Amino acid sequence: MSIDRKIVDDLVANDISFVTTVPCKQLAGVIEEVEARDGILHVPSNKEDEGMGLCAGAWMGGKRPAIIMQNTAIGVTINTLATLIQYYRMPLPMLISYRGELREPVACQVEMAVHTKALLAQLNIPTYHFHTQSDADELDAILKYTFMCNKPVAILTDASFWGGYGDQ
Amino acid sequence: MIRSEILRAIAPVLRDHLVVCNIGLPSQELHMIDDNAKNFYMLGTMGLASSIGLGLALAQDKTVISIDGDGSVLTNLGTLSTIANNVADNYILMIIDNGSYGSTGDQPTYAGRKTRLEKVAEACGCENVITCRGEDTGETLQAAIDSGKMTIIVVKCDSGNIKLPVITMDPVVIRDRFMKAVAD
Ligand SMILES: [Mg+2]
Repeated sequence: MSIDRKIVDDLVANDISFVTTVPCKQLAGVIEEVEARDGILHVPSNKEDEGMGLCAGAWMGGKRPAIIMQNTAIGVTINTLATLIQYYRMPLPMLISYRGELREPVACQVEMAVHTKALLAQLNIPTYHFHTQSDADELDAILKYTFMCNKPVAILTDASFWGGYGDQ
Repeated sequence: MIRSEILRAIAPVLRDHLVVCNIGLPSQELHMIDDNAKNFYMLGTMGLASSIGLGLALAQDKTVISIDGDGSVLTNLGTLSTIANNVADNYILMIIDNGSYGSTGDQPTYAGRKTRLEKVAEACGCENVITCRGEDTGETLQAAIDSGKMTIIVVKCDSGNIKLPVITMDPVVIRDRFMKAVAD
């Protein structure tokens, strides 16, 4: 089974039925899979803080949400994470493409990569880092943990996890 | 007519529906005028009332009214295209457009100058965009609810604030109470 399907199967198995996404090359397969599933309402957002607002509303409406985004979004969403998701104690799995790690071809991506884990740690956000494909075996448990504790939880997926950047 | 007068006038219409209310004075005013479990007060996170309301409307069937401001919509302008492209006919976005940032002391917004939010909403693809005067808000809102169509209402009104206390309710209490009202 493809890793994209495995990830979305885990979302569905955990009753996640509302997913918002901001485009990403590495997560493109997952996003395509999310769009294709009947049981998931996929609402693309223009910016990640907007997406978190959508997720907060969906959760209060009875649907388990998730957001799919790049790690640069941590810089965009700190206020929303602190004053909406954490303050009102809401669960939010964040499947994050961890740009700027090993095999990264774009230098500027490293500039946010070096802050990513520090910012997540500063926010006391439980953070998991998928480096090899077998790391995704824990996704099911991570999702259960997220909805058990009603917190935002970060799942960083780096280039090695996705098999590099192809020909770049 | 200023925002607090409008909220007082439309409270009987709002009371029966789920309301997501913008940060700052709008939430404080609604809380003072008619606090109830169907109100979700935003205590932070400027700009997201319309996004929270849309997510809520897409997730369940009850009518949802987001009360937003011109300044807050300008801070999250992408929301209008997300709303237009993800139609929820149980959703009403009501933008109280007083042309100023009320909660920070009535500094002018660009909506109070050249920018027309109703035209932005239409250009984003929103199909039912209605502009009304403050005096006509209740009637316009009721008609939008009755239409069963997703509607954006831009209420043109005066800027001005009343003195009132901050909301001291715990956010988790606000949220839990609201979720029970949603599920009820
Ligand atoms: Mg205003």
